[in-house]
Amino acid sequence: MRPANETNDPALTALKALTASHTLEYTYKRSLGPVLSRFFTGLRARKFLGLRRPDGSVIVPPKEYDPDSGQSLDEWVEVSDQGVVRSWSWVSQPRPQQPFDHPFAYALIQLDGADTPFIHVVDVPGEANMKSGMRVKARWAEETTGVITDFVFVPA
Amino acid sequence: MRAVAVVGFSQSPSLRREPDRNEVEILIPVLQSLREQTGVSGADCDFICSGSSDYLAGQPFAFVSGLDAVGAWPPVSESHVEMDGAWALYEAWVKIQTGEAETALVYGFSKSSMGDLPITMALQLDPYSVMPLWPDAISIAGLQARHCLEAGLMTHRDMASVAVRDRAHAKDNPNAQLKGDWTVDEILSEAFLVNPLRRSDCAPISDGASAILLAAADRAGQICDRPAWIRGIEHICEPMELGVRDLGRSRSVEIAAEKAGVASDKIDVAELSAPFTHQSLLVEKALGLAGDTLVNPSGGALAGNPLMAVGLSRIGECASRIFSGAADRAVAHATSGPCLQQNLVCVLEGE
Amino acid sequence: MQDAGPESPVSVLEARISLKYDYSAGQSASRFLRAIERGKLLGQRCPVDGRVYFPSRGSCPQHAVTFGDEVVELSDKGTIVTYSIVRVPSANIPLALPYIAANVLLDGADTILMHVLDAKPDQVHMGMRVQAVWKPRAEWTTSTANIMFFRAIDEPDADYESYKEHI
Repeated sequence: MRPANETNDPALTALKALTASHTLEYTYKRSLGPVLSRFFTGLRARKFLGLRRPDGSVIVPPKEYDPDSGQSLDEWVEVSDQGVVRSWSWVSQPRPQQPFDHPFAYALIQLDGADTPFIHVVDVPGEANMKSGMRVKARWAEETTGVITDFVFVPA
Repeated sequence: MRAVAVVGFSQSPSLRREPDRNEVEILIPVLQSLREQTGVSGADCDFICSGSSDYLAGQPFAFVSGLDAVGAWPPVSESHVEMDGAWALYEAWVKIQTGEAETALVYGFSKSSMGDLPITMALQLDPYSVMPLWPDAISIAGLQARHCLEAGLMTHRDMASVAVRDRAHAKDNPNAQLKGDWTVDEILSEAFLVNPLRRSDCAPISDGASAILLAAADRAGQICDRPAWIRGIEHICEPMELGVRDLGRSRSVEIAAEKAGVASDKIDVAELSAPFTHQSLLVEKALGLAGDTLVNPSGGALAGNPLMAVGLSRIGECASRIFSGAADRAVAHATSGPCLQQNLVCVLEGE
Repeated sequence: MQDAGPESPVSVLEARISLKYDYSAGQSASRFLRAIERGKLLGQRCPVDGRVYFPSRGSCPQHAVTFGDEVVELSDKGTIVTYSIVRVPSANIPLALPYIAANVLLDGADTILMHVLDAKPDQVHMGMRVQAVWKPRAEWTTSTANIMFFRAIDEPDADYESYKEHI
């Protein structure tokens, strides 16, 4: 334990409290279920799969049930591994848990063939290289294992 | 429907960190103050409901210790939500509607300063396809902000104006954390924190707690000279995936506002929990506020954002202005989830 | 994730969470921990009913009042009010299996300290008088682990009436 080094209104507190750092860590093994299993198995094979919704649109990643109607979805569609950036945020100071040690963008990316974008990351040298509407493509890891971090996006 | 009113409200100062007090030590004076205000203690209430988050505290079942501040012996009827205290208030309101309670103590609290809040919030996201990328809360909000900017729904200047307004209002709030006079140009000259958001576009990180006493019908009048009657309260949720939502419009606030009856009469005061300036603009629009509504006289979330208490405090700030006669009708907003995913709207009225 | 080979579908996601926190003990626990670093066991008294809480979290959980700064220094002797015989090992318990997990009512306290007892299962019983066995003084820190365990002392058992309210 080490003494706290932040000060506070002396009217509120009489005694400096002790502090201790603690890292809360745990691993969950989550069952994917049939729909996500198919999606992530597709990623392992370097393919992007989505599901067609009752209105004809294609959602990527796939959902078990349609977000609007609640209907269960079962019409699989393979979409491109290239698409368009719909929006982005620039991370100039990455945190340890985040995918890169250097600055990068989180983005909403809509793959060709999908009708909805999803959140992922774009690896570019700087903010000036990001623009909504730019085309990106997946850059796959050397070894894909069937997780969302099997790839990142780079300019197409 | 039974008539239910807010009859008391108290809060701790919103501080960047409370290093010397734990959650119970922060809560006890808040609850004591409420007791002094109303003459009713938590243990006297028919029902107690609290809002907090174990992930902010870094401990499972952390909320249980909060009951030390209430005194749960003899045993009390109590419940908890892993949500802002505004949702605990909703549960308490429902409990009173069922006739199972006449009075309810509601409180919310957190110490966000203990962890890395923007990263902790990544745990709210889809655990399979989003969370493993650990997008922090500001980056997520930035995706929505850029969508709004590029769609021409607002400008950086509009966003900065919200921060200027709220922090100027906060000068009159002894409990606010960020207060003072900024100009729009000063804010626009800030470098981006997470492009497209500047630090001033974001609510601060805050530790704090607040509490409200609810009472039904005649009991309300016994406790408070001018109760703030809850005329409408509703909460609506959108899907978690940003990709299937319209990020330029808060459909859930629109629906909740309609069901709560916001538009049925003039709104004197609105208090919003939006933690980003662009979100404040979206909520104001979705509530359908007229130009003569005073928005965030307390400073709102941009002046002080103790999670789990901030929404409850918006209800309390509206109620306070009704107690004093400064307002006759008010709307309070609370939010949860990424990019205004889930929203609660509460309409309060004095007689 | 697990899969038996390239042909079998991906069926599990291993999601690792790692979050760092800087906890504050708060005022009362900090006072308690600083005292235990000096070998003192401090309780606090509820102003409403006079019960002595040990350890103290700074407020009475029954009456919701803060204790203030007044403290009660307690002996490190006490009574076993109940116990379990544990046959599952734990990395931080310095005793061989089976060990005794015991609720100890320290003399002067009205609340229980949960700790471990260095005794054989056929020796432990309710009402048994015990005393703390501390680590060497040079190893004391701001932690209840300064007390390694409790051991029986040569005193007659406490009368059941004296601790029955604390089981």
